[in-house]
Amino acid sequence: MLEVETVTKRFGGLVAVDAASLEVRKGQIVGLIGPNGAGKTTLFAVIAGFLKPTSGRVVLEGEDITGEAPHIRARLGIARTFQIVQPFAGLNVRENIAVGAYLRHRSAADAHAKADAVAHRVGLGEDLAKPASSLTVAGRKRLELARALATEPKLLLLDEVLAGLNPSEVRDIVPVIQAIREDGVTILMIEHVMQAVMNLCEQVYVLSQGRMISEGAPEKVCTDPQVVEAYLGKGAAERLARMETGHA
Amino acid sequence: MTRGYLSIIVVLAILAALPFLVASNVVLNFVVFVLIITLTAQGWNLLGGVGGQNSFGHAAFFGTGAYVSAMLQVHYGVNAWVALAAAIAGGAVVGWIIGFLSFRAGLKGSYFALVTLAFAEVLRILANAMEFTGGAAGLLLKLDTGFWNLQFSSRAAFVWLALFFVALALFISQWIANSRFGAHLVAVRENEEAAKALGVDVLAVKLRAITISGAITATAGCLYLQYFLYIDANIAYGVWISIEALLAAMVGGRGLVLGPIIGAFSLHGLGEVTKLAAGRVPGIDLAVYGAVLILVVGFAPGGILGLINKLRFRGRPRPEPEKAATPAPKTEEAA
Amino acid sequence: MYPISIVAEAMLNGLLTGAVYALIALGLTLVYGVLHIINFAHGAFLTVAMFAVWAAYVFLGLDPYLAIVPLTILFFAFGYVVQRFVIGPASHGDDGNILLVTLGLSIIIENVLLALFQSDTRSISTDVSFQVLEIGGLLISKARLYGFLGAVVVTALLWLLLVRTDTGKAIRAVAKEKLGAQLIGIDVKHVFAVTFGLGTATLAIAACLLMPTFYVNPRVGGAFVLVAFTIVVLGGMGSITGALAGGLVIGVVESLCSLYLGDSLGQIGIFIIFILVLLLRPTGLFGARA
Repeated sequence: MLEVETVTKRFGGLVAVDAASLEVRKGQIVGLIGPNGAGKTTLFAVIAGFLKPTSGRVVLEGEDITGEAPHIRARLGIARTFQIVQPFAGLNVRENIAVGAYLRHRSAADAHAKADAVAHRVGLGEDLAKPASSLTVAGRKRLELARALATEPKLLLLDEVLAGLNPSEVRDIVPVIQAIREDGVTILMIEHVMQAVMNLCEQVYVLSQGRMISEGAPEKVCTDPQVVEAYLGKGAAERLARMETGHA
Repeated sequence: MTRGYLSIIVVLAILAALPFLVASNVVLNFVVFVLIITLTAQGWNLLGGVGGQNSFGHAAFFGTGAYVSAMLQVHYGVNAWVALAAAIAGGAVVGWIIGFLSFRAGLKGSYFALVTLAFAEVLRILANAMEFTGGAAGLLLKLDTGFWNLQFSSRAAFVWLALFFVALALFISQWIANSRFGAHLVAVRENEEAAKALGVDVLAVKLRAITISGAITATAGCLYLQYFLYIDANIAYGVWISIEALLAAMVGGRGLVLGPIIGAFSLHGLGEVTKLAAGRVPGIDLAVYGAVLILVVGFAPGGILGLINKLRFRGRPRPEPEKAATPAPKTEEAA
Repeated sequence: MYPISIVAEAMLNGLLTGAVYALIALGLTLVYGVLHIINFAHGAFLTVAMFAVWAAYVFLGLDPYLAIVPLTILFFAFGYVVQRFVIGPASHGDDGNILLVTLGLSIIIENVLLALFQSDTRSISTDVSFQVLEIGGLLISKARLYGFLGAVVVTALLWLLLVRTDTGKAIRAVAKEKLGAQLIGIDVKHVFAVTFGLGTATLAIAACLLMPTFYVNPRVGGAFVLVAFTIVVLGGMGSITGALAGGLVIGVVESLCSLYLGDSLGQIGIFIIFILVLLLRPTGLFGARA
């Protein structure tokens, strides 16, 4: 469904993403992990059209969309959430979600009906009339998710929707994401909460210093020495391995 | 949704009945003038209030409306109604051009405000200097009353004419408020990045807003011409009308359908009272407007209608929007 | 075509005027650079300063050049108070709000002055007003030459103040990193108000340098405000040397436009430059801030 082909993004002299490639197949939940500053959010912005790559291609369902603006990509079926939540602060929850719903529904009645339905699905059904600015962090994360869902995407890009939530809030929202996937939406998610990545994703890509250093099933990736080193520093994998053999 | 239309109809009915209740020419003059300001501000409100693109240069549209109509009538003897239609189209075109240039360049906030001011000033200087526009002497419309000339000997008739256009703008605004376009425009005001992510074509939405806005304000400029039968560059393209447009919308309640009409009448009502109280001191009413603007921006961002709503909901549990709790940096994290 | 001597004289006059324009723009760009706000009332403040110079001369017999010292101090205090107690509290730190609040201030000031002085134009003529120097066949008004020199000196002093003094360091710290400055104990509100005060103080000096050859009426500041904005965007928002360069360029452009297009169209060149810079190169022409 989505292919990112050797995308590079430079900011002046800084290479934020360096020839990174990834593929997401229809119906999958794919995770994108990596240490802070690895370039995950930049890669997301390139996929969603908010940044133009210095080189490389973004292909959606066989079509090259590298040159398309964000709103065109949304029409084509890509929806994203923002790591730093971006609610329409002056609007209430229903109006917030309706902006997304208007993408596929012309009339206000249809858009509002869709917004209500989506709100219930993500657990904001009680808060429809509340101003978005009055929501808690968890509520705002749900709102991000709801707005993106209301555009009825084929591919959902989730940028750390679980970050900043406490464990019980994470437990609440994981099934919501699973349900979205079961409805046939393909998901690519940036996530730091490893537990959730292990539970949700069937395929994981690891980005470090702009480069894709590993990919595969979550269990496999987590034991990849390169990945361990990226997170814990040079030589860490070796030390860990030595410790393990020492225990054995 | 229907409540919106209901309050519009109530306000319109009161104003329409006014000429039957008051015969004083002074009062009717006042009403006509304030209705023209209202219409100007309704144009501003769509772009600045609903869309959040504060313009300091709506004179560009007001003046274009007045000058297009005046030049067609004076130089080519075109019928006043046809000239009105051309004036509205002219305002829309100027709106689109200014919008295309500034929004494509990515101008927002204060920069957009200043560039619109500069556009209006360029037009003012041109109109003041060119022979075709009557130069500094301005343009005078021949007095020839009659429905087809859009001139009326009775002030009441002009109240109804102005009210007709204000009503039209009210219904258009209310319709937009309930439409997809309206939702998109508000989304653009609140957060452009988020709007883009949800499939909103931000540039197209802004362009549509400034085009309609220009058309509405140009209508007001044309009405001004038809009523006073005279314009010059400092009237039609002057900074004063840009400020009137912004003030009325801000004071009444920016972004709200009834904001401009409430604001224009309150502000000018206050202005008249001040003039009565202070005697004929020049500029005293305007000084009061400036103070009101600061008070509104600082302490009542929802304007008069916002204050009324606050009072109405007092005592009822209603979560207060807390702006401070919304850290929404506009920049993408360059991870 | 005009003979070269007339064009040269127009350019020279433009440079002289431009330096005073630069001085006016200096306060605007300083305030923008530090507070990141656009002060729409800058022109109205200039009007107040010019009336103050006029009043000091007419009522106290104070020569405009001597008035520089007391008025600079007075206007520093004025700016400090306005920022600390009006603009700061009313705008809640929002950029659009500040523009509206300062617009409100300018409306109040302009119309209060109108109520006090009517729309009459006033001027003063001191000894230097009509004196001229002849240099290389070109006639130069002495007062305008003083204005030019004064503007250059004040720009240099302001630059020194920012680079060499503790106050200047605090101002630059706040401009660069507001939160960080706050964390190391700098009183940001105070620094904001001081910066704003410096901005209005430069206006007082500009007014003193202008008045011997210029006039004042309640609306005179309006003529300067867009010119000052143009200089600021041309020089790069927040750049002091940019303001000086931009001021000189704009002075020359205005002077040549008046020469070739006539007085009624003369100002159009400035607005077109303003629009073009904003549309094409919003960071300014003379190496601006990132």
